[in-house]
Amino acid sequence: MPGNQPEQKPERPLENKPTVKPAASQPPTKPAVKPSDVIVNEKVEVVQKEEKPVADKISIGELHLSGCTGCLVTLADNYEGLFKLLDDYADLVYALTLVDVRHVPAMDVCLVEGSCCLDDKLSVEELKEARAKSKVLVAYGACAAYGNITRFCRGGQWNQPGQEAFVPISEVVDVDLYLPSCPPCPQAVRNVAVMAYLLLRGNDEQKNLATAYLTPLMQLAQRGDTACGCDLMYDVINQGLCMGCGTCAGTCPVRAVTMEYGRPNVNRDLCIKCGACYAQCPRSWFNFDVMNNYEGIMDAIKGAMQ
Amino acid sequence: MDVLGNYKSVISARSTDRDILKKSQDGGIITTLFAYALEEGIIDGAIVAGQSDEPWRPQPVVATTKAELLAAAGTRYTISPNLYLIKEATRSYGLDRVGIVGTPCQMQATRKAQVYPIGMRDVDDKIALALGIFCMENLSYQALEAMVEDHCNQKMESVKKMDIGKGKFTVYTERGAVSQMPLKLIHKYVQPGCHVCLDYVANLADISSGSVGSPDGWSTVFVRSTKGNTVWDGAIAAGYFETKPIGEVKPGLDLVKKLATEKITKNQKNVDARKTIGLKADGTPKGLRNPYESP
Repeated sequence: MPGNQPEQKPERPLENKPTVKPAASQPPTKPAVKPSDVIVNEKVEVVQKEEKPVADKISIGELHLSGCTGCLVTLADNYEGLFKLLDDYADLVYALTLVDVRHVPAMDVCLVEGSCCLDDKLSVEELKEARAKSKVLVAYGACAAYGNITRFCRGGQWNQPGQEAFVPISEVVDVDLYLPSCPPCPQAVRNVAVMAYLLLRGNDEQKNLATAYLTPLMQLAQRGDTACGCDLMYDVINQGLCMGCGTCAGTCPVRAVTMEYGRPNVNRDLCIKCGACYAQCPRSWFNFDVMNNYEGIMDAIKGAMQ
Repeated sequence: MDVLGNYKSVISARSTDRDILKKSQDGGIITTLFAYALEEGIIDGAIVAGQSDEPWRPQPVVATTKAELLAAAGTRYTISPNLYLIKEATRSYGLDRVGIVGTPCQMQATRKAQVYPIGMRDVDDKIALALGIFCMENLSYQALEAMVEDHCNQKMESVKKMDIGKGKFTVYTERGAVSQMPLKLIHKYVQPGCHVCLDYVANLADISSGSVGSPDGWSTVFVRSTKGNTVWDGAIAAGYFETKPIGEVKPGLDLVKKLATEKITKNQKNVDARKTIGLKADGTPKGLRNPYESP
């Protein structure tokens, strides 16, 4: 068996070369042997030409690690907004099931879903590759940012009982931006995509706006890779900053937070460590330069999506 | 930004609805605006400070009728965590257009939930009317209890109305007794989180309102956003309010500006003091977390 492999390897490219060359854009794994292959590809090209040509789109990809695909579904939960994003602002160059690309390509923004399983070498390699090939690496969702429910993994689960070490991606690579919560909001990833477009393609004014908007999410990435309902105690109430608005309890995706006499009470058995409560809290950060212009920003995003 | 925030117009106003005025704290602005918005289909429901199982402890409720709004009218001097229901209102209650009332910090939270919707899925475009109330500072329920029962010597359940004005906290009971305490004594009860608040007149609301600046029984109203402007114009045209120009009433806008400046100046000092509260090994100051700089 080992003797066969070196023999086969040089053969394949030799065989493929003459057939693949005329249609270089085709995936090399599927040589066009049947006529239907070629017809399908032509159709795709025609459709693309009919679109309004937008030369300056940014490229976005989604790397799927140890997550439940909820983050990826969230991207699609923008419904027609996703089409608008893909028409005018961003090409989706890499994503599980949505894009037929096998290997991590170069991209402007890489959304990483899921934590990184250290027992799975491919995960580590792909994460490093994504870091090397992307300008902005986003921990997209709570597993990538904080570990989320994979923080509770102790191995022994089917169908990979040997996999038990899961870490937030920032323990393996540098992360530029956090988008916590489980799952993240479709509106949040939409806003970040539009802002990333303005940052990379906009004029000076738009760049400033995008920088101001993205700054707290970048600072969140610097803050650390652990999150818990306890953050409300440690970093808000213990710091003398809580005023009892109820946001944390309202935002918690698993209803682990209730308000008792004007302060959050966290049921730690329910908390999945997604970081939504703290990130949504108006006393975790509140940037007046952006928020005082909330009407303009929301109108701008609404306008961009029409 | 000015201490009074961005606004399109400011006016002194009072509801024309007698049922509302009987129950309201001052001019009945918030209750009447929500009643108008419900009537016109601008909102499907509003998150307001409803009643709970303890006297004077507010609890957020989704009001979908004028009767429910009336049951929640009037000021409770302890916070109602209205943001608790903001996502719930769009889900369990199935509202597409949500109204919400809140203090300045709650308006900040509402806008953050819209601009940075981290865990607030499908909420941002469903907030149809955000009404803010002026707020100098707030109290925990236990603090309010201490003020009413220890300082003013009245039972919570016997209180008909509480009011703050002219330097005093006043309690009116069902049987006609009036008890007062000077505001100075309240300071030790104020929640710590209020000491870093840099907003007095709910700068980020669509419309904000409070008694300060207007005569007794009237309220000062700031119309701030485009959305707020449309709603306000509609309510005026429909005869929901009687109004007076703010320049013609006493004590007028100057008092609002004075109190806003006082609050923000004092609290900015607190925010700055937090930066140097401690001491590092090298002798330089060590600071606490500053929400206005980073998370």
